[in-house]
Formats: sequence, C-alpha cells, structure tokens
Amino acid sequence: MLTPEGLRQRSNLLQAIRSFFLERDYIEVDTPLRLPVLIPESNLVPFASEDCFLHTSPELCMKRLLARGCSRIFQICHCFRKEEQGRLHQSEFTMLEWYHRGWNYFDLMRQCEELISALVHRCPDLPGILPGNGLNWRDKRIELTPPWDRLTVAAAFQRYAGKEVGEVLRAGNFDEVLVVEIEPHLGQERPVFLYDYPVELGSLARHSLKDPNVAERFELYVAGVELANGFSELVDPQEQRHRFLREMETLRLAGKKTELPEKFLAELSLVDETAGIALGVERLGMLLMGRPDISTVMPFIFEEL
Amino acid sequence: MYTASDLRKGLKIQIDGEPYIVTEFDFSKPGKGQALYRTKMRNMITGVQFTQTYRSNDKFERPNLEERNMQFLYAQDDEYHFMDTASFEQIFLTKEQLGDNLNFLIDNMEVQVLFFGDRPIDITLPTFVNLEVTVADPWAKGDTSGSDTKPVTVQTGFQLQVPPFVEQGDKIQIDTRTGTYITRVKE
Repeated sequence: MLTPEGLRQRSNLLQAIRSFFLERDYIEVDTPLRLPVLIPESNLVPFASEDCFLHTSPELCMKRLLARGCSRIFQICHCFRKEEQGRLHQSEFTMLEWYHRGWNYFDLMRQCEELISALVHRCPDLPGILPGNGLNWRDKRIELTPPWDRLTVAAAFQRYAGKEVGEVLRAGNFDEVLVVEIEPHLGQERPVFLYDYPVELGSLARHSLKDPNVAERFELYVAGVELANGFSELVDPQEQRHRFLREMETLRLAGKKTELPEKFLAELSLVDETAGIALGVERLGMLLMGRPDISTVMPFIFEEL
Repeated sequence: MYTASDLRKGLKIQIDGEPYIVTEFDFSKPGKGQALYRTKMRNMITGVQFTQTYRSNDKFERPNLEERNMQFLYAQDDEYHFMDTASFEQIFLTKEQLGDNLNFLIDNMEVQVLFFGDRPIDITLPTFVNLEVTVADPWAKGDTSGSDTKPVTVQTGFQLQVPPFVEQGDKIQIDTRTGTYITRVKE
C-alpha cells in the first residue's frame, strides 16, 4: 500500500520511463488486456474472462504491431498471472515491455544500462538511490554505472553451483538450482546480465547462430532480483509453430486445453530481426524506492480490495 | 490433501507420518520457469527443522491434529498433568514439550492441548493471564526522576518490566504471546 508520497514516487518513475522511450522515438501503445487466445506457456496460468483470457503479457499483440510495420514500440500495462504471490510476485502487476526492430539481445542489454541510469538521474529523490549512480540495497551500495557484468548461464552454473548446465537440465533441476544456488549471488555488486539460456527455456527467442543449443535470451539481475527478460525474437513462423506445439503438448498432459494463436503465427513472417524485453515495473520500483517487496510499491494489492 | 500452492507460514502438514509446521515460506518463479515453493519446516514433535523446495504438483496429507480444552492440575517431577474438562480424562506433557509456556502456567488454568492422533504434543495458553507479583521493589510515591519501568517477578518465576506503581502482592495481566505487561487487575 502506498502513501500519497509513495504514489508520487511511483508516478515520477512511470513518467521518467515514458520520457526515456518517447525521446528515443518509440511509440507508446496500449493493446487489449482481454484476448481470445494466448501464447501457449506451460508455466503461466491465465485468468479466464468469460470466453476469453486476461493476458499474461502484452507480447502477442505487440509483435502483431511489429508485423504491421512499427519499428520501436513500448507499453506499460497490467498483466495477470494466476497462482503467483510472494515477495516478488502478485497476480496482477505492471509490466514495461518494449521492442526495437533491427536489434539483437546485446543491443538491448546496453539499452537496459542506459535506461536504469537515466531513471536514477531523473528521479534522484527516490529513497533507494545513492549519489553517483548507485543503489542502496540493505545498506550495501550496488554500483549502477555501466558497463554491467555479463555472464552466460553455463558459466554461472559452473561458478556458483559447480554444476554443468546440461547435467542439471537432464536431472530436471534447472529451476531449483537457479533459484536456490545461483540467483542470490547475482547482481550484488553491480547488475548482471545472465545470458544464453538453454534453447528449451527460450520458447520465443531465436537460437544462437554460434551454438544451436542456446537461445539468445537474457535476464537482468539486480540485488538477486530478476528484473527483466529480453531476447532476440524468434521470427521464423515454422520454428515458432513447432515450439508452440511442443508447449501445448506439455499443457495437454497437465489437462489444459489450448489452441494455437494462428493470427499471430500468420503475421510473424512479416517481422524482421527484432529484439524485445519485458521488465517488472514494481520490482524496479521496489529497488529504486528501497522497499522490501513489490506489494509495498503498488497502490493496492488484491487482499486490500 | 494440501497441494504446494496451499503452503504458507503457519500451515500444518504431515510428512512421513509426522506433523510439521511451516515456519518460513517464499514463493519463487524464475523467468519462463516453474513455480517453486521454498519452505522451512519444524517437526511439531521433535522440533527438528529443515528446508525444502516444492513444486506445484507436490501434495501433502493433513495431519490428524485436534485441540481439546483441558485444565492444568499439577506438576510432578518433569511431568505436567492436565485433565479434559468434558471427559475428565487425564494426560501429561513433559517440561521440554511445554518450553516457554511454563512462564505463565499456573494451577487450574484452562488451556488448549494439541493432540496428534491420541498423543498430546503442545499447548496453547489463554492470550491473557493474571499472575501475582511475588518480588518487586517498593514504589517511592511522587518519584518522577526514575525510569518508566522496573523489573518484577511473578508467581511462576517469570521476570518482566512493569510500570513503577506495581507492587508486591498485586495481580497483573500479561500477554502470553509477547510476555509483556498489559495492566494491573483488581480481584
């Protein structure tokens, strides 16, 4: 729950985000929240809304706008994910998502550095910010001046868990090892981009030209908090259909009925090389405002309604 | 049955035939990954603690736990005897099982005894209890220079901070959850 002063800080942050993108020639878009068909994702549970669903992210509609010819678009919108509640999760939360035509995931990493530095510069009175582009997290300084660290998933598993990522995948423990053994170390001195995920964990990312086993996907971590997920978009409709069908098989085995987003697949062939990224606005707000969990930077949480 | 999505701090579940209480809980979900439920549990019989991460399809049995109203009768050696106020059945718990509850337990007090099956494992005291002050420094009336509180000892041997006007022989009300003074009571 936010006080009037907290609401003002949140408002300043949202306006600073808008200014950053508008100054860089992005178009702000606001796509529908209620969709008849979603991207099949076995680890997300959507809320039904009569015969439709509330979107779990704006990705599907935003990529259709890219197919329509947009080059740079951003959106700040609420997303809905059932059964998610914790320090870093709420069933309804705010997402910042943006796409840049002609870019790859490394270009987006640089823009993340630029974005956060710009927000810190524009909102110097947010309580979590330290002078000189720093963040105060639990009485420790996190240095925000670029460049930030870049670490492959394979190197992180080796360094922090002493494990080979392929073996962890075969054992089916990737998520557990990541969350328990690796995440707490990430981004404690300066932010870090964890990149090059196993290809099976990047359903909408293209695979690397250098190594077909990895997807060009990254996650930005600050203070152990996963802040943003970006990738070089997969724009091959056949490959995308194949990956959706595999995901739908997982969903079918879990007893869930889904259908292919056919309009999305039909229009995907019109999208050129593009990079896209989603960032949790409340997680960013939590860090910049020096708050312990995301519920404390929201105007309301569900239990208060 | 409970599923992992029911897990939260304070939930009681059964694992390998023994009752556990969730003492810490954290929901995690790595990007594009699955929901993980990280817990710290305490065995309600042995007190042994452990941490474990569960997935959403993990299931747990509900432990057969029942609370019964009972009256404290007497202590003999390390055994504390209670009587069911409805059936007059008598049982006992050990000093170790009662732990800090002994700070506030006096003869004839009515408490809730927690049973796992037919085995008593814990008690819940009334939230507020009235205990007699057995040791207290006298209050110098009109003394405004001293501190706001002073230490006293109550009939169970428990020590706490109270306002300076509380005197030996007074009865005071104590919050058993925090062990703090509430008010002086007249009986």
